[in-house]
Amino acid sequence: MSILVLADHHDGQLAGTTAHVVAAAQEIARAGGGDIDVLVAGEGVSAIAEAAAKLDGVSRVWVADNAVYAHQLAEPLGALLVELADGYSHVLSSASTTGKNVMPRLAALKDVSQLSDVIAVEGIDTFCRPIYAGNAIATVKSDDALKVMTVRSTAFDAVAANGGAGIESVDKVVDNTQSSFIKEELAQSDRPELGAAKVVISGGRGMGNGENFKLLDGIADKLGAAIGASRAAVDAGYAHNDMQVGQTGKIVAPDLYIAVGISGAIQHLAGMKDSKVIVAINQDEEAPIFQVADYGLVGDLFEILPELESKL
Amino acid sequence: MKVLVAVKRVIDYNVKIRVKPDHSDVDLTNVKMAMNPFCEIAVEEAVRLKEKGVASEVVAVTVGPKAAQEQLRTAMALGADRAIHVQTDDKVESLAVAKLLKGVIDEEQPGLVILGKQAIDTDNNQTGQMLAALAGLPQGTFASEVDVQGEKVAVTREIDGGLQTVELSLPAIVTTDLRLNDPRYAKLPDIMKAKKKPLDVKTPEDYGVATGSKVSLIKVEAPAERKGGVKVGSVDELVDKLKNEAKVL
Ligand SMILES: Cc1cc2nc3c(=O)[nH]c(=O)nc-3n(C[C@H](O)[C@H](O)[C@H](O)COP(=O)(O)OP(=O)(O)OC[C@H]3O[C@@H](n4cnc5c(N)ncnc54)[C@H](O)[C@@H]3O)c2cc1C
Ligand SMILES: Cc1cc2nc3c(=O)[nH]c(=O)nc-3n(C[C@H](O)[C@H](O)[C@H](O)COP(=O)(O)OP(=O)(O)OC[C@H]3O[C@@H](n4cnc5c(N)ncnc54)[C@H](O)[C@@H]3O)c2cc1C
Repeated sequence: MSILVLADHHDGQLAGTTAHVVAAAQEIARAGGGDIDVLVAGEGVSAIAEAAAKLDGVSRVWVADNAVYAHQLAEPLGALLVELADGYSHVLSSASTTGKNVMPRLAALKDVSQLSDVIAVEGIDTFCRPIYAGNAIATVKSDDALKVMTVRSTAFDAVAANGGAGIESVDKVVDNTQSSFIKEELAQSDRPELGAAKVVISGGRGMGNGENFKLLDGIADKLGAAIGASRAAVDAGYAHNDMQVGQTGKIVAPDLYIAVGISGAIQHLAGMKDSKVIVAINQDEEAPIFQVADYGLVGDLFEILPELESKL
Repeated sequence: MKVLVAVKRVIDYNVKIRVKPDHSDVDLTNVKMAMNPFCEIAVEEAVRLKEKGVASEVVAVTVGPKAAQEQLRTAMALGADRAIHVQTDDKVESLAVAKLLKGVIDEEQPGLVILGKQAIDTDNNQTGQMLAALAGLPQGTFASEVDVQGEKVAVTREIDGGLQTVELSLPAIVTTDLRLNDPRYAKLPDIMKAKKKPLDVKTPEDYGVATGSKVSLIKVEAPAERKGGVKVGSVDELVDKLKNEAKVL
């Protein structure tokens, strides 16, 4: 038995999520799951492979470096995983948009189920995952010979990077005639990644417009925070789609989450209620967000935000 | 071009679910059911393609119990031309749903298949991708824009860092994200008309698919309940609590 982890990367760098997925793999290994290998697939990814080789607990890094894997399109990446999966008992990725895009293809082609968004390892074949927007936690046991799963990275502490695994290249190259990359429009930001930030401040419909979202900037600067948004704020065009926190957006669990002008719909709570400390700022004292907030401040955000910025 | 849309019957998105006292599952008795919101977006997109003259026919399909025909009627009220119901009372898991939908694709030969990105009950986010792999088709998941041009479709996808556009050869599989469109509401005359539209009932056996799964549900529990905290009276008090009580500043 051994475990394969699909590395996440973007902009030529190993994504932080990978160290969390390796931590989940270590729990499976401790339960009897064997060695942990990591696959880095992309174009021009040698530096990423070196970073992956440093992660604690990793035995070997496979590198598939070829133009066909650029942008990690689902069709070639899925085919590559199918080639590599033989001999592994578990294949894991983070529940990133790349992991969600490709892992079900691997599962289907191996005729096994996929376990999505795993938050706890109970044994080599038994795992916990949230369902119904996190309002229930299911414990499921898989009797499939190959376990394919995506892992919620915020549920596992990252492993350190003191290791030195060997790096080997994958010679087999798959071809892809069905899909091609056209373009990417990535939001540019110097702020920490939403999923990894220690502090997140999010704005909702109460912000009123996109210009007002700037009221969050100064506070985010002072706290080193990432900025998030509710779906209503994204739908209204106040914020980019990649800022949406919630059941169908990003899941965050920072030390401090500040919800500003957000009512607290179950879909939003699903994305942030595992935060350590929650602060809610809302003018409606009946807003459901106050039911999960450690500290609630009732009032007008347009008065509160500038004052908060000046007092931090 | 024929467009196939997969719709799923799920609990209404406003319902807060409860876990059964014996932890065997969630309690769905008397819970309001509806079409999965992402599937409504899928139906809307297919109907718009027909209104633009890109699609010639829209076929809705669901896998589920008899009651799921309500959601097929809704899809037809929204503009689907006919429907296929693969009827089963089993708990059909994503892989088996994908196998059944593959069977429907083989029979219907659609140019485009649109699914929701995720069902809001199981939150799996996998059926469309599994279907694409089984049918040997390319996929455009989490779509916020779909543009059919001749033999190809350009799909703009909501990804972690922003947006990505890919071009796929047709036939292809698309899964919808929230911002693809704003679904319309069904009008009463259309709801009446939908009652007369054709609805074919099939069984999993018709497609030679076994609905069993090797994944078993051990137990379902409520998550750790978060207690509401205190209301603070001022920004000063908030900053003080965050510094000295919560120690997060
Ligand atoms: C399929 C589906 C998936 C969804 N996924 C998500 C998801 O992933 N993430 C998500 O967030 N939502 C999601 N939603 C939407 C969710 O149901 C809510 O509609 C949404 O979260 C509401 O956003 P909001 O709190 O910003 O807006 P509202 O509910 O409109 O709340 C705005 C709040 O701002 C307050 N306010 C207004 N002005 C001020 C002021 N001047 N000062 C202080 N407070 C003020 C108001 O009191 C109010 O509480 C989803 C919905 C569906 C159907
Ligand atoms: C352990 C376990 C317990 C379960 N318990 C229950 C239960 O208590 N009650 C119950 O009803 N089901 C139960 N199921 C079945 C489950 O709810 C889903 O039907 C199944 O997992 C497929 O949907 P999904 O949520 O995985 O799809 P996702 O991949 O999240 O859905 C994406 C899209 O796929 C399409 N799609 C998904 N399912 C269908 C369908 N049936 N017909 C047409 N299109 C579809 C839709 O377009 C949907 O938007 C259980 C499954 C398992 C594994």
